[in-house]
Amino acid sequence: MTGLLDNLLNGVALGSVYALIALGFVTIFKASGVLSFAHGSLLLLGGYLVAVLHDDLGFAGALALAVVVTALVAGALDRLVLQRVGTDSHAAHVQTIVTIGIDILLVTDLARRIGGDLLTLGDPWGDSVTDLGPVTVADSRIAAIVVSAVAIAGAFALFRFTPWGLSLRAAAEDAEAAALMGVRLTRVRAIAWCLAGGLAALAAVFLVAFPAPGLERTTGQIALKAFPAAILGGMASPVGALVGSMLIGLTEALVAGYQSDLHVLGEGFGDVAPYAVMVLVLLVRPTGLFAARGAARV
Amino acid sequence: MPEAPPDDEPALHVESLDVTYGRALSALRSVSLTVPHGGVVALLGANGAGKTTLLRAVSGTLRLHRGAVTAGRVRYGDTVLDGRDPVAAVRAGVVQVPEGRRVFAGLTVDENLRAGGLGLSRRAPAQVRRARDRVFALFPRLAERTHQAAGLLSGGEQQMLAIGRALMAAPRLLLLDEPSLGLAPQMVHRIGEVIREINTQGTAVLLVEQNAGMALSLADHAYVLEVGEVGLSGPAAELARTDAVRRLYLGETADGQGAA
Repeated sequence: MTGLLDNLLNGVALGSVYALIALGFVTIFKASGVLSFAHGSLLLLGGYLVAVLHDDLGFAGALALAVVVTALVAGALDRLVLQRVGTDSHAAHVQTIVTIGIDILLVTDLARRIGGDLLTLGDPWGDSVTDLGPVTVADSRIAAIVVSAVAIAGAFALFRFTPWGLSLRAAAEDAEAAALMGVRLTRVRAIAWCLAGGLAALAAVFLVAFPAPGLERTTGQIALKAFPAAILGGMASPVGALVGSMLIGLTEALVAGYQSDLHVLGEGFGDVAPYAVMVLVLLVRPTGLFAARGAARV
Repeated sequence: MPEAPPDDEPALHVESLDVTYGRALSALRSVSLTVPHGGVVALLGANGAGKTTLLRAVSGTLRLHRGAVTAGRVRYGDTVLDGRDPVAAVRAGVVQVPEGRRVFAGLTVDENLRAGGLGLSRRAPAQVRRARDRVFALFPRLAERTHQAAGLLSGGEQQMLAIGRALMAAPRLLLLDEPSLGLAPQMVHRIGEVIREINTQGTAVLLVEQNAGMALSLADHAYVLEVGEVGLSGPAAELARTDAVRRLYLGETADGQGAA
């Protein structure tokens, strides 16, 4: 049945974009114990940069620059603001609250610039579609799946094969023991923020691509839907974030696709579904699907 | 950047060191101690005497515990270590094995060993291989378990891994915090042999222990910390004969005839 295949493909596309965001949450949490509420604003910043730069630099150039700038802004926020807010065990809680403040400041400024406009990002796939056997898929969705897969594989390679990745995983298990090995905790976590910022900028492009209308000032709020994905995956587990994202993406697409059959739940249940899934999963597995040891931070 | 060793035979000098936690709690007062190049020095004392604090002051981890050096100096050769971060100590060749082993439980044995070398940037693969070969020669058990999660090792194996991990940074001075803690007597004996072997290979050792018998049998020189101050110090063999040490740390009775 085409309807089901369509919905499943939409769900995977949506899930892979959420995965870009959720992986950022998890990376930051592993490195610093901070829940980043500033992610929506970083995502909006990335999208906004592509929107204003693509006329001059072309889409690819604008995207590359947006990813780099957003990554550097995220790293600088951590190094210059968050890391100055205490260094003891309670610091992570304070820093989490500070990210809310950063988010409000950044979103307010970007919203002022965007105003009521709907910005296009000049992406090459536009509104074209491809026929894949029985289903017709928007090229933007294929691009979302392919690019996300490559970016996520790259991030996993960083975790697994680089000294930074090893430092991150060691520090997440035992920060003091890692420090005794000569791991620079401040640098490890700033790089984690950079990675998360870059992934958020990348996610922005696909969140506002066809069939979404374009970048608006509220686009950043979509990042919050990746929060349940990260949490139900166990918060400190990159694999968990992937699985959680797919679960959330598929749920949202299926609920939206069968909206008419689910009318008892009310209009727009698709927006609420991620949170409903999160609560249901956490009721069964309170620590998330892939609770890592590093999740038990105190 | 590999730092050129400024001193061929560096010694650790702790000079009149005062350490305070949270700006109020004095943990060490005017503590002086020397670990000569290639020597083994034991640091004894009861719980809370300040042994671990002294190691933190050397390895640069006081700040993680809201502690600070308020007076005095820590030098390793020509390198000043007090007030610096742990990277400075590791690069100077001073590496600490923390109390309670603290291996990275979710990482494999191999990853734990690689983590031990993280403080030294740009090391040639040959150097890393040499360090790993040395660790596997000391601890053949680890070589058989490279892909096993460290959390699944026994307590003794974890202690071996913790020491091996520190050796991956090719230290010239190894700081050991209670390596015998919670281990079976046979394993304590084995760890003692390993410490001697590491020292024979040219690495100096500062050994913090509550197991004074083991520590004094290994050390050339020993210090006894009492509530933040050096109470006794001297050649290990001499200290082992003093009544106070025998009574307090070796579990012998006051008449010196050994435990009943």
